[in-house]
Amino acid sequence: MKKPKKNQMAKEKFSWDLMRKQRYLLMMSVPFLIWLIIFKYVPLWGWIMAFQEVTPKTFAMSVWERPFVGFDNFIKAFTDRLFAQTMINTICISILGIALGTLGAIVFALLLNEIRMEKFKKFTQTVSYLPHFVSWVIIASIAKMFLNDGGALEGMLGGARLHLMSSNSPLFWLVVCFVNVWKEVGWDAIIYLSAMAGIDQGIYEAAKVDGANRFQRIWHITLPGIKPTAIVLLIMSIGSALNVGMERQMLLGNAIVQDHAMVLSWFAYVRGIGSNNYGLGTAIGMFQSVVGIILLFIANKVAGMFGESKLV
Amino acid sequence: MKTGSKKTAFDYVLMVFFCLLIVVTVYPFLNVLAISLNDPVDTMRNVNFIIPRKFTLSNYIYIFAENDMLKPMLLSVLRTLVGTGLGVVCTSMLAYVLSRKDFYFNKSFTIIFIITMYVSGGMIPEYLLIMRTLRMGQSFWVYIIPGLIWVYNVILMRSFIEGMPLALQEAAKLDGANDFVIWYRIIFPLCKPVLATVALFVAVGQWNSFMDTYLYARELPTLQYVLYEIMQSAQIKVDPHAAAMGLSTATVSPMSIRMAVTVVATVPILIVYPFLQKYFVGGMTLGAVKD
Repeated sequence: MKKPKKNQMAKEKFSWDLMRKQRYLLMMSVPFLIWLIIFKYVPLWGWIMAFQEVTPKTFAMSVWERPFVGFDNFIKAFTDRLFAQTMINTICISILGIALGTLGAIVFALLLNEIRMEKFKKFTQTVSYLPHFVSWVIIASIAKMFLNDGGALEGMLGGARLHLMSSNSPLFWLVVCFVNVWKEVGWDAIIYLSAMAGIDQGIYEAAKVDGANRFQRIWHITLPGIKPTAIVLLIMSIGSALNVGMERQMLLGNAIVQDHAMVLSWFAYVRGIGSNNYGLGTAIGMFQSVVGIILLFIANKVAGMFGESKLV
Repeated sequence: MKTGSKKTAFDYVLMVFFCLLIVVTVYPFLNVLAISLNDPVDTMRNVNFIIPRKFTLSNYIYIFAENDMLKPMLLSVLRTLVGTGLGVVCTSMLAYVLSRKDFYFNKSFTIIFIITMYVSGGMIPEYLLIMRTLRMGQSFWVYIIPGLIWVYNVILMRSFIEGMPLALQEAAKLDGANDFVIWYRIIFPLCKPVLATVALFVAVGQWNSFMDTYLYARELPTLQYVLYEIMQSAQIKVDPHAAAMGLSTATVSPMSIRMAVTVVATVPILIVYPFLQKYFVGGMTLGAVKD
């Protein structure tokens, strides 16, 4: 009999016999599925707490017994005395971070791509992404030593007083974003460099023949070449615009700059875990996620409207 | 760009620029190292140096002998080893199953896993789940179990396995091997390059992790958390034993101690850095390719 050609790896209809045949595959994956449901889907189900009163008073009750309070938690969060400033901080740090980060990475990649000594290029790149692998705790420790009043940077500038870490003003946003660029610029540039490596070298040769100089080649060939990559990355970063990490803010901040360091995720921690109002904390987290998804869709639509490559 | 062509002024400007950039990246690390190896009193004078002016190991002796840094350090090493070992084995096992197109639940399982890359319940529900429902707080396993698998790594490994010739699996099957044996004997050993990438991803994540200690297990401090605590406390508590042993309070300064701990926490990253940059960059661009 002729052996069916494709059946070896094709999907079959459901039958208990098939389940028995694939029992090893089931045994190798079902435990992880259970793990996934416990650690990833149960917290999603926990969003129900955003509409309940969840405080130590109601802890003993089951999910169904807890009093439902409608949108009370959200209203409480939005009218919190910290909320307005927290929102401003989150948005500003986010936009500033995306702008500086993207610009830095693109400029870095463009310039590095122009270096003609391969060895020097490789070495520079290797050094540049070292800080990416170092934890935020360490980076914050180093940054504070450097930027604090009387720290190394002020010493370098002949004892000038910069008050980088001790002025309760938007200056702290800049400090956070610059430290972030210092840590991540080399790493973020990798993806642009690989996009540049994918540009057809023939186009450069042709432009050269046509008399285009180096800057014209960068402007008319390299930049359009990395545009799709840049747009995909931008869309993704806009989607996480409200998810400014609490870890970085907390580690770099201090009591003096607190007002300008507070961001949404930290706010959720302070109100949720810090003052035992878990319903309120969940509501803030949920607000963050939902707005993130909406922003992602908007950014995606806008990119599509301008005829750019879309993410989805 | 073409090599061998004549260098213009622009090339030299570029070189100078990148040399400066290297200095800006490396100087803070060297500065920290130098402070940690310098006499604390001498450091107070001026913190800008990269060669220790008055060499001493007293800061390191202090953190290990007097400040009980050994336990957090061992804990950090342990969680990195256990977390990476288990993580890699589980990731590759799951990746293999999801690479099997003939597996009945292939599509549905894949979708269920991928969804979690985009939506998450957030900090508070996770906190309540781990601390109250599962009661994992203050236990070692809170460092391992909740972050056991990263879906991103599963996808990375699955595409690698899908690139392997199917004939290998079919031949093993004809020889009577079951699916577990195929994974264990054939797929797992052949995955070495991508295993290295994933292992390094997970290991760096484990070593650098700070938030899980902060949220769930402050009684089991890791090195990163200890460094955080030292950063928070302006004054280091001086052990009376230290004074008795001749390490007078004057030889200990918060900043020097902090810098010494910073160096201790950074060194393991520097040791694996050559491997990191070999495998990581490959993994990064591999993941960037949309399939």
